Amino acid sequence: MPLDPEEVAHVALLARLGLDGEERRRMGADLDRILDHVSALQRADISDVPETAQVGALVNVWREDVPAGSLSQEQALANAPDTDGEYFKVGAIQE
Amino acid sequence: MSSAGLTAAAMAAALRRGEVTPQELLADARAQVSRLDSSLNAFLALTDDLADRQAERATEMLRDDRLGAGPLCGIPVALKDVLCVEGYPTTAGSRILENFRPPYTATAVQRLIDAGAVPVGKTNCDEFAMGSSTENSAYGTVGNPWDVERVPGGSSGGSAAAVGAGMVPISYGTDTGGSIRQPASLCGVVGFKPTYGRVSRYGLIAFASSLDQVGPFAHSVEDAAVAYAVVAGNDPRDSTSVIDAVEDPLSALRDGVRGMRLGVPREYMGDGLEAGVRERVTEAIRVLEELGATVEEVSLPSTELGLSTYYIIAPAECSSNLARYDGVRFGMRVERPSLTETYLRTRDQGFGNEVKRRVMLGTYALSSGYYDAYYRRAQKVRTVIAREFDAVFETVDALVCPTSPKVAFTTGAIQDPVEMYLNDALTIPVNLAGLPGISLPCGFSDELPVGLQVIAPRLQDARVFRVAAAYEAATEWHRHRAPLVAA
Repeated sequence: MPLDPEEVAHVALLARLGLDGEERRRMGADLDRILDHVSALQRADISDVPETAQVGALVNVWREDVPAGSLSQEQALANAPDTDGEYFKVGAIQE
Repeated sequence: MSSAGLTAAAMAAALRRGEVTPQELLADARAQVSRLDSSLNAFLALTDDLADRQAERATEMLRDDRLGAGPLCGIPVALKDVLCVEGYPTTAGSRILENFRPPYTATAVQRLIDAGAVPVGKTNCDEFAMGSSTENSAYGTVGNPWDVERVPGGSSGGSAAAVGAGMVPISYGTDTGGSIRQPASLCGVVGFKPTYGRVSRYGLIAFASSLDQVGPFAHSVEDAAVAYAVVAGNDPRDSTSVIDAVEDPLSALRDGVRGMRLGVPREYMGDGLEAGVRERVTEAIRVLEELGATVEEVSLPSTELGLSTYYIIAPAECSSNLARYDGVRFGMRVERPSLTETYLRTRDQGFGNEVKRRVMLGTYALSSGYYDAYYRRAQKVRTVIAREFDAVFETVDALVCPTSPKVAFTTGAIQDPVEMYLNDALTIPVNLAGLPGISLPCGFSDELPVGLQVIAPRLQDARVFRVAAAYEAATEWHRHRAPLVAA
């Protein structure tokens, strides 16, 4: 099922990727090619087969609820593109 | 004489005999990097202060028996640039993390530091570990030590090349679909991918969390086993970390393969193999048979579905993991008047083509209307693939097969994404099932290295080393060094 340009634009917005026109066209073609290859999955017999999300046998790993150290505010802000000294700063959220 | 190209075991012995100091080994490593890295580009950054401090610490540890210097004490190592080291640039091969300096250190790296190892630098890799050739790095391609015009494999290409070029005897990479074993194969070194969960993922920049695993590169199976043992073991900071105690990977190293049952999966010896790869691997299997192993053909019928399963599951997980690169708390930001526009432009300029492709593919596979047809279905096929491994391990102790269907190819030769993905067809199923696997040198085809893969059941990492060590002890391939290693 080939991806139409609107679909590519929709997925790009969901993924927060600002692809330009030419990139969107190329991406559509690449995704078609890959989806065509993975269509092999549709032939697999998976009736009554459970899903595997992870391969370990571990379930609900908890730790004791004891306070431990964490990053200081200074450390947490050290890599931020923009701060006001105490908080991360971003542009307007409302358009 | 330079120590370049020696095994870690030989270096450790020389350290203990007082023939060399950690500072001298470090100086040799730096000399090799400065001589060769302008053509190889294996390193993205050198961690000079850390290396100097560690060399000093190692000297003290070796001097005082009470400090318990282990086998990696004083040994130069290199770290794939997806492993966080507090205060040092960690880019994951991406523009979006160009100026990122992690506020903490990965558990695997901390264990190396505690053991007195000497981290020389951070190695080049495909962006966010997505690729099979290291051509997807934002910081340039990496040369293969056997032919610098060819790729080293990927995604841990810099780590593989650093060992292959004799810059360091041990390096670490990550393997999500073959990213340790395939470059090891292409660079003529040993590369080990542990059972999923054996090495902590804390401080590892995530690609696909249910598949990612840290592991070593080395010149010998013993070195790889030692390098694995130092970083392995439960970590409360990784909730997927295996709790059971780690079996000593050195315990069975000299046990040989006499009486072992080895399986050769028919589907791994199919039409996709280059003739030279098939010949070398067939010869290697014969060697194991001569050593007393019983070899039989087995079948893993869903092997051909592995690639398709992986290229849904890994992109789905990566599309979620990479959502954190939003230009707000860390990493690059391309400022625009609105926040949504800022996200769109930041991620457009910060990510390269392959990362965008996989984020798009994963977002698509998880999106409403396609989730059942792609993601849920892939998770079920993953179960089928894992069960087929379980079934063959009822009759054989381990599997032996090629690591990569081909030897190192010329940089730029593969442009089609699906053709590139096929490089990992024989390594991906191992990640989907969470098994341990190793690649070790088994000869050459057109003067380029070929790798033999050994696969064992979950948690049987020691068995992988046992089979690999038996083959290595009977052959000389692991002693070959790329001509450029010697000055």
